[in-house]
Amino acid sequence: MIDPTVVNLSRLQFALTALYHFQFVPLTLGLSFILAAMETVYVITGKQIYKDMTLFWGKLFGINFAIGVATGLTMEFEFGTNWSMYSHFVGDVFGTPLAIEGLMAFFMESTFVGLMFFGWDRLSKPAHLAVTYIVALASNLSALWILIANGFMQDPAGARFDPTTMRMQFKSFSALVFSPDAQAKFVHTSIAGYVSGAMFVMGISAYYLLRKQHREFAARSFRIAALFGLISTLAVVTLGDALGRMDDLLQPTKLAAMEGLWHSAKGPAAPWKLFALPDDAKQRDAFSIGIPYVLTPLVAHEWNTTIPGIYALERAAKAKTVSGIKAIIALKSFGASHDPAALAAFRKHENDMGYGFLAQRYAPDQNLSAITPALLPAVLAKTARASIPNVFVEFWSFRIMVGLGVAFIVVFAFGAYYSLKNELEKHPLVMKAAMLAIPLPILACEFGWVTAENGRQPWTVYGWLPTFQSASSHGIGYMIFSLVGFVLLYSLFIAAELYLMFKYARLGPGEHAVQPKPLPVPARPVFGQPGYANKPWQ
Amino acid sequence: MELYIALKIIWALLLGVLLSGLAIMVGMDMGVGTLLRFVGKTDAERRTSLAIIGPHWDGNQVWFILGGGAIFAAFPTLYATSFSTFYVVMILLLFAMILRPVAFEYRSKVDARHWRASWDWAFLVSGALPMIIFGAAFGNVLQGVGFHFSWDGQYYQDESFIWYLLNPFALLCGVMSLALAVYQGGAMLMIRGMGDLAARARRFAVAGGLLALVLFVIGGVWIEFIKGFVFTQSVDPGMPATPLGGPAVAMRAGAWLDNFHAHPLLWLLPALGACGMLGGSLALLARKPVLGWWLGALAWIGTIATVGGAMFPFLMPSSTTPAQSLTVWNASGSAYNLGWMLGFAVVFVPIIVSYTGWAFRVMKGKVNPATVVADDHSY
Ligand code: HDD
Ligand code: HEM
Ligand code: HEM
Repeated sequence: MIDPTVVNLSRLQFALTALYHFQFVPLTLGLSFILAAMETVYVITGKQIYKDMTLFWGKLFGINFAIGVATGLTMEFEFGTNWSMYSHFVGDVFGTPLAIEGLMAFFMESTFVGLMFFGWDRLSKPAHLAVTYIVALASNLSALWILIANGFMQDPAGARFDPTTMRMQFKSFSALVFSPDAQAKFVHTSIAGYVSGAMFVMGISAYYLLRKQHREFAARSFRIAALFGLISTLAVVTLGDALGRMDDLLQPTKLAAMEGLWHSAKGPAAPWKLFALPDDAKQRDAFSIGIPYVLTPLVAHEWNTTIPGIYALERAAKAKTVSGIKAIIALKSFGASHDPAALAAFRKHENDMGYGFLAQRYAPDQNLSAITPALLPAVLAKTARASIPNVFVEFWSFRIMVGLGVAFIVVFAFGAYYSLKNELEKHPLVMKAAMLAIPLPILACEFGWVTAENGRQPWTVYGWLPTFQSASSHGIGYMIFSLVGFVLLYSLFIAAELYLMFKYARLGPGEHAVQPKPLPVPARPVFGQPGYANKPWQ
Repeated sequence: MELYIALKIIWALLLGVLLSGLAIMVGMDMGVGTLLRFVGKTDAERRTSLAIIGPHWDGNQVWFILGGGAIFAAFPTLYATSFSTFYVVMILLLFAMILRPVAFEYRSKVDARHWRASWDWAFLVSGALPMIIFGAAFGNVLQGVGFHFSWDGQYYQDESFIWYLLNPFALLCGVMSLALAVYQGGAMLMIRGMGDLAARARRFAVAGGLLALVLFVIGGVWIEFIKGFVFTQSVDPGMPATPLGGPAVAMRAGAWLDNFHAHPLLWLLPALGACGMLGGSLALLARKPVLGWWLGALAWIGTIATVGGAMFPFLMPSSTTPAQSLTVWNASGSAYNLGWMLGFAVVFVPIIVSYTGWAFRVMKGKVNPATVVADDHSY
């Protein structure tokens, strides 16, 4: 028997740790490229100010990076510690991009980041620049592979369920890697990181400009960031549109929830809801304002097509559940007996097996064979209802992300315009807005992930494996232990991080937070001195 | 089918390579973390110790991450089952591991006694605890773990975690693993450190190496009395990867030595490990830290290969349902997946080794405390 409380606690823990990790990832993705750009200018022009810029933003990068690494470790192991059935079910396919990410990206990123911080005196200028570029490239590569893994959960391409091993078996590497969902996600997400990095640099530069400190430094940083940010935001919005289209094709339940579509939208006149208060319990809007002639062209890029609504999707889910229940019963009997007849019966219904798993939760004792004809309608209704993600959460997290995206265009556009005209100091409002906007791209990213992951519910592997089935069979005590630990540690981390970020950002470039103290023993020039190389203990 | 068997064996070997890489490189950094408060009496000495591994710890840590990823892909059922059955210790391990990156980056960014002292304690915990857990996990796996599977492949745990935390053999393995880590970290501190720092590191490292040797020998004798696992039916190594409905398995004291009796050449593996520990300690005594470092690596490889050689083909035997024990044959990925992964490993491992080597070369040489203290970019 699967305990729903344990599943919910596992979900809570995963959501907390993933959302937490993703507070730091976007800045890493974005700042690493901004650092590379600044250092490029330094290498080309040889002007010290660009080196100072690189060093200063690099220090903030480091403060952010450390927690990104720490919390990333959690993510890598959490699939095994908390989602054992999931890991068993898809490890053959899903583990592969994670392993490749380690081989191809994390090794490169982590090895070169050490040289980036410590190698200034030991590498030639071009060599150090190359190192910085490698760090930027590698962090984006890591995003690529992790999003290929995530893309598989959203659209399980490249694998097939195998009744003998009771898991998805890897069939096509290219289908996995070139999954359109994964590719669109990768570009959207990494560019969202550039937006976050740009806003960070622009906002802190605005702070200096407002206080008339480090003006030369701040004005240059501001300009680079504003231009970079404007271009990136436009790209994010364009690609977000592509992602929405993908959901239209691959995940109709997510799309319907995102747009709050209870009834199917037929033809071009269907309204796009600008504002609504979806009520999941009653399955209707408590209130809504819509704009006609926007929804269909926006989502489907066509005039005359039907976008299925939630009622229609639930009806379809019922039919699949009837077939899926047969699939799972046949599968179980095949597992026990290896009877070819059971296998044949399974094959007839295998594409709906996920719905059979989904129905298990509502069967007496979670046993599908115990469903009597009298109980069936209730089970079907509950399963169908469960196949739709929470509409309120989905609708609003999506709208918040999109709204923020539009707001960023405005901020970056004004910033870039006045910065190019050298009139920033006359428009403190723009600079104040830039400062206040520093955390907003990260917030947009978080809401983006809630859209993506809440919208995938009730599945961990869309259509194949329900979240309910995926979790490890822990006791509640275990979950409380780990949750409390994570909350305590992560709270400590964020406090330390914010403290250092504010401290170093206030100090500004070229100033030392830690004043060097004279050594107790007179320091001897040692590096490279032959005597010491042979007798280090002296 | 033959190809599938070959792939399974190759990945079992690669798993050994990964675990050795992890033990050597991460173990070294953990050793430095453990020793930090003992070899560094002044703040300058502690910062120097951190700066010695500063440019490399993150790269080294990827051995740990890759270990997780590669087990996930190559032995999915092992990943799913081991991490979940060892939940409490895995989470403790994680808590300790995630303290480390933050400690490195944040410790020296504030010049206040309590701030730095707290992070120094964090280094001690995040160095010693994971190494003990790493070793104890081997100790537990050797004794079998209580779990079984339901029809759909979900594992169920049959014993409480107190047992696998607190059993003497596992603790022995844990302490031995910590001792080797201290050895390896101490050797590195000698290579790149100077003066008192290097002298103190040497004392700890030699003690660690010798302690590990003693524990290794005790463990070797002890294993004779521990119940190992053997197949009592013939096994098809090319079987589909599922722990359900496999051949019968029995538990018998001393069974872990069967492989050694059948293939006496395997005795070379523990001999290699012991030589590494003894020779390494002697090399450090003779003030040859670079040689000592490499002999320490040999010690790890010998130890891990010994465990692997004893258990093969078992990966994680079940003490409550032995027939559902996880083995190289029944816990692996599909042939298609193992093939692709092997391709990636063949291409990328040499690349990784070469740029890691390059990074160590760029940063090589003594670390000068004066520059470390003057540089507020430094750890
Ligand atoms: C700066 C951050 C940011 C901004 C301004 C936007 N997004 Fe976004 N969005 C993300 C950051 C993000 C993200 C964090 O990167 C997500 C989470 C999952 C993913 O793949 O990317 C995401 C996910 C995400 C998804 C769900 C993907 C899925 O189903 O898996 C859609 C449909 C969109 N976005 C669409 C948009 C649209 C139409 C935008 C127009 C303004 C937009 N996003 C702006
Ligand atoms: C770092 C960015 C990510 C964030 C912020 C994020 C967010 C979330 C959230 C909010 C949930 C809970 C959904 C719910 O229960 O309603 C979740 C679940 C989950 N996500 Fe993500 N996610 C991220 C990336 C990923 C990636 C890249 C993967 C896979 C490689 C992934 C795999 C999962 C899994 C396995 C679950 C648990 C099962 C479930 O509840 O569906 N996540 N994530
Ligand atoms: C939920 C699934 C995820 C897992 C398992 C995961 C795993 C990890 C791990 C193990 C690290 C530490 C690497 C090191 O030591 O250098 C890390 C850091 C990182 N991850 Fe994640 N990650 C997840 C989600 C994401 C997503 C969705 C992205 C990007 C879009 C991402 C991008 C990064 C980057 C850029 C780093 C570098 C360090 C930093 O964040 O500052 N991760 N991640």
